[in-house]
Amino acid sequence: MSSYEARFKVWRGDVEGGGLEDFAVEVNDGEVVLDIIHRLQATQAPDLAVRWNCKAGKCGSCSAEINGRPRLLCMTRMSVFERDETITVTPLRAFPVIRDLVTDVGFNYTKAREVPAFVPPAGVGPGEYRMMQEDVDRSQEFRKCIECFLCQDTCHVVRDHEENKPAFAGPRFLMRVAELDMHPLDAAEDIGLDRGRTAQDEHGLGYCNITKCCTEVCPEGIRITDNALIPLKERAVDRKYDPLVWLGSKIRRR
Amino acid sequence: MSVVDRQEWDVVVVGAGGAGLRAAIEARERGARTAVICKSLFGKAHTVMAEGGIAAAMGNANAGDDWQVHFRDTMRGGKFLNQWRMAELHAQEAPQRVWELETWGALFDRTKDGRISQRNFGGHEYPRLAHVGDRTGLELIRTLQQKIVALQQEDFRETGEYESRLKVFQECTVTRVLKDGERSEMGVPPAEGWGRVSGVFGYERESGRFFVLEAPAVVIATGGIGKSFKVTSNSWEYTGDGHALALLAGAPLLNMEFVQFHPTGMVWPPSVKGILVTESVRGDGGVLRNSEGKRFMFDYIPDVFKEKYAESEDEGDRWYDDPDHNRRPPELLPRDEVARAINAEVKAGRGSPHGGVFLDVSTRMPADVIKRRLPSMYHQFKELADVDITAEAMEVGPTCHYVMGGIAVDSDSAAARGVPGLFAAGEVAGGMHGSNRLGGNSLSDLLVFGRRAGLHAAEYASGAGSARPRVDDAQVAAAAAEALRPFSAEGAEPDGGPPENPYTLHQELQQTMNDLVGIIRREHEMEQALEKLAELRARARRAGVEGHRQFNPGWHLALDLRNMLLVSECVARAALERTESRGGHTREDHSGMDRSWRNVNLLCALSDPTDGLTDAADAARGRIALTRETTEPIRPDLLALFEKEELVKYLAEEELYE
Amino acid sequence: MATGTEPPATEPHPRSGGVRTGTRAAIAAPHLRTDRWWLAPAATAAGLLAFVVYSTWRAFANADYYAAPYVSPFYSPCLAENCEPMRAGPNWELFGSWWGISPAIIILIFPLGFRLTCYYYRKAYYRGFWASPPACAVAEPHARYTGETRFPLILQNIHRYFFYAAILVAGILTYDTVLAFRDEHYNWGHMGLGTLVFLVNIALIWAYTISCHSCRHIVGGKLKHFSKHPVRYRMWQVVGRLNARHMQLAWASLLSVALADFYVYLVASGVFDDPRFF
Repeated sequence: MSSYEARFKVWRGDVEGGGLEDFAVEVNDGEVVLDIIHRLQATQAPDLAVRWNCKAGKCGSCSAEINGRPRLLCMTRMSVFERDETITVTPLRAFPVIRDLVTDVGFNYTKAREVPAFVPPAGVGPGEYRMMQEDVDRSQEFRKCIECFLCQDTCHVVRDHEENKPAFAGPRFLMRVAELDMHPLDAAEDIGLDRGRTAQDEHGLGYCNITKCCTEVCPEGIRITDNALIPLKERAVDRKYDPLVWLGSKIRRR
Repeated sequence: MSVVDRQEWDVVVVGAGGAGLRAAIEARERGARTAVICKSLFGKAHTVMAEGGIAAAMGNANAGDDWQVHFRDTMRGGKFLNQWRMAELHAQEAPQRVWELETWGALFDRTKDGRISQRNFGGHEYPRLAHVGDRTGLELIRTLQQKIVALQQEDFRETGEYESRLKVFQECTVTRVLKDGERSEMGVPPAEGWGRVSGVFGYERESGRFFVLEAPAVVIATGGIGKSFKVTSNSWEYTGDGHALALLAGAPLLNMEFVQFHPTGMVWPPSVKGILVTESVRGDGGVLRNSEGKRFMFDYIPDVFKEKYAESEDEGDRWYDDPDHNRRPPELLPRDEVARAINAEVKAGRGSPHGGVFLDVSTRMPADVIKRRLPSMYHQFKELADVDITAEAMEVGPTCHYVMGGIAVDSDSAAARGVPGLFAAGEVAGGMHGSNRLGGNSLSDLLVFGRRAGLHAAEYASGAGSARPRVDDAQVAAAAAEALRPFSAEGAEPDGGPPENPYTLHQELQQTMNDLVGIIRREHEMEQALEKLAELRARARRAGVEGHRQFNPGWHLALDLRNMLLVSECVARAALERTESRGGHTREDHSGMDRSWRNVNLLCALSDPTDGLTDAADAARGRIALTRETTEPIRPDLLALFEKEELVKYLAEEELYE
Repeated sequence: MATGTEPPATEPHPRSGGVRTGTRAAIAAPHLRTDRWWLAPAATAAGLLAFVVYSTWRAFANADYYAAPYVSPFYSPCLAENCEPMRAGPNWELFGSWWGISPAIIILIFPLGFRLTCYYYRKAYYRGFWASPPACAVAEPHARYTGETRFPLILQNIHRYFFYAAILVAGILTYDTVLAFRDEHYNWGHMGLGTLVFLVNIALIWAYTISCHSCRHIVGGKLKHFSKHPVRYRMWQVVGRLNARHMQLAWASLLSVALADFYVYLVASGVFDDPRFF
């Protein structure tokens, strides 16, 4: 067991303003950044605000930015840093700050509501659902999402452009559209809902320039860009930019 | 006093885990305007930690499975102390609850023919657990969350507002259940009996603002109490809030002595102490060793199991390949036996450097096999502990996992006893699991009784009609004063002493419960614990915090301490009272299961039912009174599901004659 | 409170701006990254730039692109009258004598378009050249951003047509590779170092082309039920595995195509003779 004193800079403040505050704090073997934040609470800053919950990388509450990179506090081990390194912890910078490390992530809940829910197939009762494993694999990958919103935070479309927030659902919720569009029993089409088309028309898929930061930060290792966003773009192409499909639909309409 | 925001709802659900969300969905679908309050963000509840699966006798993997078999397994697991009607309803309704999740978009792992795949688990006769890899809890919570959003979208289409009929108040804490018909002055006995629920009082964690939700029906679904123990697999939210709210509202708690300790939790590093190490590590060949390198479990085989377990390491090792001709290794003894043995080794000074024992698979299987069979464990240790389990041993020790005890409820309606309008479901409700819960039964419990609580709460609320219980202003004022106490702790008590740091108090509480009312219990230790709790209660009154009310974790903890102290006292008192060992309650001084305790429930209630805020002198006195109650006899047709020889082992003499 | 969807009454929401504005945590720095985040975009930009310079020179040079039996992939197929004659080679005079400049320009538009609209290269040059964003969580220098929602970037959606064209081009390059099993006198059954270079190149070109995201979508990704199309499911899986390496294949094939061209250039300009194996 070896312990040492680490230097931390933690952003403290609220919407009125704030700044990075310096701390020197004890670090023991095997600890993660969240442990250090908790030690600060218990010993130096009892009112330091931080969101956390499961402490095992399963709930996605303790999202923050460590040395400028969006991370989960509970899954960032202290051993990845040099002992003489100053570690900077700030709140997520894409969302309005509430206090200290806590931000208002309401944007994400608003966007969640804008994605039409799963449409159960008519005439298939509970217990009668039959789905093959290979058909649910793709959507299951997306359902691993713990909604830490790190992808939403890192995505430059909204991170660097507040004005895009109304039009852009963000990677997490575009992935939700993909998840439902790939759900083997989703009956959206039967009620006239074309998820592939709405991805572009209503959820701002076109804003995505596939620069893959969402995939880079995902703590669950979901291949958001390759498996959700790009397939969704291709589905939009099917609907809107494929002249053959377009011609076909024109002829059929006649 | 500051102006408190008030809103009217039909049903208020406290807690947004599996049970709370299921209750809210049901209540809203039955037409009740429903509010859900949760301490975390919506969708972060502790339910996400559940890995194994949802137990439901769908018979997909083995057609022989049905609700009777599931019922039998549940009763055996609970050592027949279960509220049998709950176990019956649970076994009957679980399949419906799982299937209904699919219609809301859940994607379980599939069988070859496209149905829901089911896996084996300890104590279940057939493969029964519907699952999604090892993240079933996440799937459950996400599905319920998305169903809530679906209902809100429906409401939006009809009313133009998403939250007109179903609203989630996230990052809010409830500190009091309010009731009508009570005299408002604290300390004065109520005029006539206990009142009906009239709403809840709480605060927004974000702003610190107080609010009151007026409602005739309140469903408590706040989960467990694990944060009163030092080593636990539970999250910070598990401070026993619901247990305490019910107690303070006048509803009794049932059999609080039954706390499940899982034998193998991580003990190192400190950040993850308590996190579960799945049982399949041992099932796949993992062995337990002490610091001397000895497989100590061979020394801990109890007499009753002697003929079922291997006597030598060789025999135990042969069992993995040839289970028909060899006996299983003692590492696979029931959870309580293993936990006890680990505990004893550590106490005898033969523990690992961080206070556990070694669980080793690295010397037992090739690295690639370990990675294939235990991917999540490999990942968990690699990421969190920087331990490569294919090359070195894990350090493990018992961890507080689940509380079987809880609010005493009516089996059918989930209504809390003694307080009209109060309902409870999920881990916070007692009875369903008896003295010990089977793996997989918790998620199905959440769904079955969450739904029932929502249904009956909605019915009750609609029955209230225009004669809604009134929220008493004085109660609101008292609740607000109570919540603000930590800010004025210093100086408020000239006689008391220096202000206390809530974090320190919490740590001392956890240490006390862990050491003195932990996995192995002794009379004198529990008495000691009660003394320590009394001291902590007095000191907790001086718990002071700095700063202001906006997202102030120190303040939140100071308020949660009240709940943890109340619940801990219940656990300690009930554990002291029950002089036998059964399921999640192990007494060193009463090591056997005693049939005469089979039909005895222990109920905790406030000793001073006016509640209140006791003053410093009172704090030393216990706040909990225990009563014994004889359980309702098990219905004959359910008893008939068991062999007579088996019943003899469990039932008390007089029960057998009937 | 609530699901967090009500706009906070006290704070006016800023209409625009990034990490340093409005209600975000007040931090002046555009980013706080301490690692060498600029390395990847800089290397990408340098690599792409080098290729652009090289390929521009070679495409407009209109010389040294044929040394029997090898034709530079930049000039294949050669579709103008001013092409060097290649026996049985890929020169078909679809364009008459009016085409005066390098015939490479006619055909290069297709592989160029394929790579320009490729999902990997888009990421690479958006980051490397456009700084949009320069790296994750590093503020981008643009005041406005509309992504691929409008002209001209909305044209990225035609990637799949370039993919179809790229298949044709890859087919022709395969043909060229087969022709490379001749010697300089057009006798079959021979092989030189150039043949090997062509083989490696064509393998990488195919791997890059097949691993394309559009391809993955077309062969199976668009399906809702894999279980009803087992063959396409298998194809989707194979393409998916390749697709995971799309970036590596993009660079490898870019390098190999330049090397193949350079090899032809060296031989054609007489710097050295193609070593023959048999």
